[in-house]
Amino acid sequence: MNSPCDRSDEDNPVMSTQPETAQAATARVPAPSGVLALEARHLTKHFAVRSAGGALRRRRHLHAVDDVSLGLARGAVTSVVGESGSGKSVLARMLARIIAPSAGELLLDGEPLALGQRRRHEYAAAVQLVLQDPFASMNPVHRVSHHLARPLLIHGTPRSDLDSAMKALLRRVALDPPEQFMDKFPHELSGGQLQRVSIARALAVRPGVLLADEPVSMLDVSIRLGVLNLLAELREQERLAILYITHDIASARYLADDILVMYAGEVVERAPSISLTDSPAHPYTQLLLSAAPDPGRRVSTTPADRGAPPRLIDPGPGCRFQPRCPHAMEICRRESPPVFDVAEGHQVACWLQAPASERRGLLTTKSQHAALRRLEPIRDKGVKEAKPP
Amino acid sequence: MSALGSRVTRVAPWARRTEADTVLEIRGLCVDYGLGSGLHAVSNADLVLHRGEVLGLAGESGSGKSTLVYAATRLLRQPGVVTAGEVRLHSRPAGPDGPIEVIDLLAAGERELKGVRWSQISVVLQSALNALNPVITVRAEFDDVMKAHRPEMSRAERLARAVELLEMVGLSSDRLRNHAHELSGGQRQRVMIALALALEPQVVIMDEPTTALDVVTQREILEEVISLRDRLGFAMLFITHDLSLLIELADEIAVMYAGRMVERARADSLFAAPRHPYTYGLLNSFPPMHGERRAMTGIAGSPPDLRAVPGGCPFHPRCPYAIERCATEEPPLVALPGSSRQVACWLHTGGEPVPGELARTDATVASGEAALPTAAAVRRLPVTPGWGSGE
Amino acid sequence: MSVPTATLADPRLAIPLAGGEPAPVLGRRALRMPRSPKVIVGLVIVVVFVVLTVIGPWIAPYNPSATVFAPNLSPSGAHWLGTTSLGQDILSQLLAGTRATMVVGFAAGLIATVLSVLIGVTAGYVGGATDDGLSLVSNVFLAIPGLPLLIVIDSYLPSADRSNSVLIGAIISLTGWAWGARVLRALTMSLRNRDFVEASRIVGESRHRIMLVEVVPNLLPVLASSFLFTVLYAIGAYVALAYIGLTSTAVWNWGTMLYWAQANNAPLINEWWWFVPPGICIALVGTGLALLNFGIDEFINPRLRSGGLTGRAARRAGLPGLPRLGLTPVVRAAAGGAGARTDGLRLRGAARLPAHRRDVVE
Repeated sequence: MNSPCDRSDEDNPVMSTQPETAQAATARVPAPSGVLALEARHLTKHFAVRSAGGALRRRRHLHAVDDVSLGLARGAVTSVVGESGSGKSVLARMLARIIAPSAGELLLDGEPLALGQRRRHEYAAAVQLVLQDPFASMNPVHRVSHHLARPLLIHGTPRSDLDSAMKALLRRVALDPPEQFMDKFPHELSGGQLQRVSIARALAVRPGVLLADEPVSMLDVSIRLGVLNLLAELREQERLAILYITHDIASARYLADDILVMYAGEVVERAPSISLTDSPAHPYTQLLLSAAPDPGRRVSTTPADRGAPPRLIDPGPGCRFQPRCPHAMEICRRESPPVFDVAEGHQVACWLQAPASERRGLLTTKSQHAALRRLEPIRDKGVKEAKPP
Repeated sequence: MSALGSRVTRVAPWARRTEADTVLEIRGLCVDYGLGSGLHAVSNADLVLHRGEVLGLAGESGSGKSTLVYAATRLLRQPGVVTAGEVRLHSRPAGPDGPIEVIDLLAAGERELKGVRWSQISVVLQSALNALNPVITVRAEFDDVMKAHRPEMSRAERLARAVELLEMVGLSSDRLRNHAHELSGGQRQRVMIALALALEPQVVIMDEPTTALDVVTQREILEEVISLRDRLGFAMLFITHDLSLLIELADEIAVMYAGRMVERARADSLFAAPRHPYTYGLLNSFPPMHGERRAMTGIAGSPPDLRAVPGGCPFHPRCPYAIERCATEEPPLVALPGSSRQVACWLHTGGEPVPGELARTDATVASGEAALPTAAAVRRLPVTPGWGSGE
Repeated sequence: MSVPTATLADPRLAIPLAGGEPAPVLGRRALRMPRSPKVIVGLVIVVVFVVLTVIGPWIAPYNPSATVFAPNLSPSGAHWLGTTSLGQDILSQLLAGTRATMVVGFAAGLIATVLSVLIGVTAGYVGGATDDGLSLVSNVFLAIPGLPLLIVIDSYLPSADRSNSVLIGAIISLTGWAWGARVLRALTMSLRNRDFVEASRIVGESRHRIMLVEVVPNLLPVLASSFLFTVLYAIGAYVALAYIGLTSTAVWNWGTMLYWAQANNAPLINEWWWFVPPGICIALVGTGLALLNFGIDEFINPRLRSGGLTGRAARRAGLPGLPRLGLTPVVRAAAGGAGARTDGLRLRGAARLPAHRRDVVE
């Protein structure tokens, strides 16, 4: 939100305590050339659902994730935004290899993954996951030193170096002086501090990829930015490839370079963060943006959305957002939309983005033609630009 | 920025306040967790709720916002104990000039509390899945409530009332046959709201009703709540940790920190011109959705352990504007001259020069102009040693 | 024999701290002394008997097997509990018998607990075919009636081995581990899905280290409770076996005392001093163990504690009674409400609290 407080830096010299990283955090990191640190191609996960009617009934499947492809580049933060049930957590766990995908493949540094115990060990040293609830992800009976020592020892740090390595990790996540935190139990730390310990634990194995599943959702509002800034620092200084999963699109815009929007297990839109929030093309993204509280917005633009949550069990053909979409067309019911390029790096899976010639054939009613002409992104100045139909 | 613009569909709240009657008064409330434990969950909190008003109570963990409200209505669980204060509920007047009964909730016995609960004050709890009975249908829930408080209603009357309530919150009467687990999160919350309105109470307390819901459902529920409030005119106490929700909802906002009330103001004043450094920091913790991307810092440090609250002003270790007085004396909550706003901060009440960002003019609300820093010097304070470490 | 119903509660159940997170069960609070009187009583009883286990035979005034005294004497100065019909000092038998009884009980408890951890945690964590197999085994042992199985096994024992307390304990533990294993299996299955176990897996921890180092420490309160109940069960089983006469009479224990008492018709001739003391001792030990279990329950689930308020403390503070849900207690100086009267307002206040000092209790 254009909060009244972020007028300018002159007003507020004391608030930004780290001017160097402030600069760094906002600099758009150029897309690094070369191989992606972690790449997912056509990842799919279907869970078998026990159906009433006994064993003779046909097996039903819950489509948690369907055909998701994404790439994580070093020194960049990619964000996946979606609601509960969108499949983002299942996606994270597939990327961390806790859940085996039903289809699709993963490539680590360009190499397809091999099976086997040793390879899993190596993978754990390359890809780490930070979970949502800091108090649940730490064993309450062990001290912080245990939580940090285990990954260090498992991945080869000699015992003589253990103490200094742990202290270095704690300093890395801005828990200074480290001695103050080493012997504490999880319940003696605050949520923000504990989440930093969680990140330190993930960093202990020196991964190249850090997956963060809603890392700040359970923290107090005033300390969320601290943790997000830490992730931004890690991107800069350690050149980590970071995946930031969240339901809060504002924080995704703050931290991430690119955003993927997921709905009902599919990616519906992907774009650089600024483009996505300034010109959302998919109706679901527009709905998300209008639903997020934003006092900077002039006009209340909530579309009337009383749709039901998406059907994940054996969804039929057709776009999954169609029941809730105010611009749904006949084709949306019949066929799943392909991905269209809207702008540089900006892709949308929506029939409304089909090129003009195709689209005319798809629209059936006058109101849909009119709706398409009106369809445009929400801008904060309230000035609307007409988009050619 | 004008917050008014985003509420075009609602009547300006101060236009509505013709009867500025108080409906719930809390004075000097102190709540401890465990007698003699030294854990002060709420310290000397004052709260006044007027008829038909929407008061947002904002704060983070340990702020005591839920504790304050539950203790005032005697619903606080073990080991909470009220150790000081007064809570008065002004009941509905019998007629236009009829006498108003004032009930002292802290001194009330069980029977009296039962008479007050649900018919005068009701609560919408945080997690509807946990609050609704999993083994009975929605219809049975309504029946329970109405049988307990309106035993004279017949079965048909109860059913009619239940249907009416469900329609009021936007659910079809088919839902009466469902159990709690068959409903979505948003539907369950609507059922909770309908139950809370069953006896047309004067005060509805909403304790973080949308925390467990996704953004889109949250928006729907909030709009539903706003329209119900406009229609039925009850007073609402909305507890939340997410200040941004209160923009469109609240008439007034009270901010709490470490069990104390630190600021209270009209909603648009608070957003446009915060006075307390904590409020300012909190508002500065929401990344913007538009405009240039720049680094933000939120507030350094973390909310204090309630057993070891810093002396003086509890916020002073995290406050970038702290002066020496803040470490030794706790600032009282006082009204600012010339307005109904209240702040508990030595910067405003101790004769100190006020930093520009905490002294923006309130007039920005009506005129829509951009606020300018006041002529008062913008003080540059040295960073308190130790601030910024550990968090 | 049963295991308490208090499940492994979510550690976040106590007083909230700064982050909104309350202190969990273990950690630094593990060694806090119990405050509830019933737990202290239980602890005292058990400690007394444990001490007697060690020093019992030494402080016994006479040799328990010596038949030199006058038979059937009632309690007197020289024989505090009188003598048996064979002229043995009953007090000496009681004191000496404490050792065998308690050793068997604790040995059985220990072995059964170890077995239940091994089988229950493995079944719960590994799952799949291992779980099916181990569950089958524990179900079988659960279904077989304990005492008859003990009788059968015991009757096959060579009589030399019948005097080995630890061996008897081990045999009794065979019938006592299954219930604990089931409970631990269920708890492990729920713990397995907790985030911190998942986090350990992500970090690359090996399976058996996770079970031993991450899962079991979280089960300690339930284990302690299960151990105490197994001890109780074992003492009962041992006494029953001895009473039937299946244990060696060379080793004194309370059950054998009852056996001899019954064989000599002590109840009929009203020699209460022979069979009542061992019965009381068994009951006392049982009570002590059960009270200790309450303490563990309260430890696991702090909500069972009355918020630091006992009935007496609450009354001292001026509250009408223990706090109930929906009636948050108010403890303050007398409310000045009743005096104020203004136009159009009628001030009501029921049940005014009496003026009292704001006592700090406990």
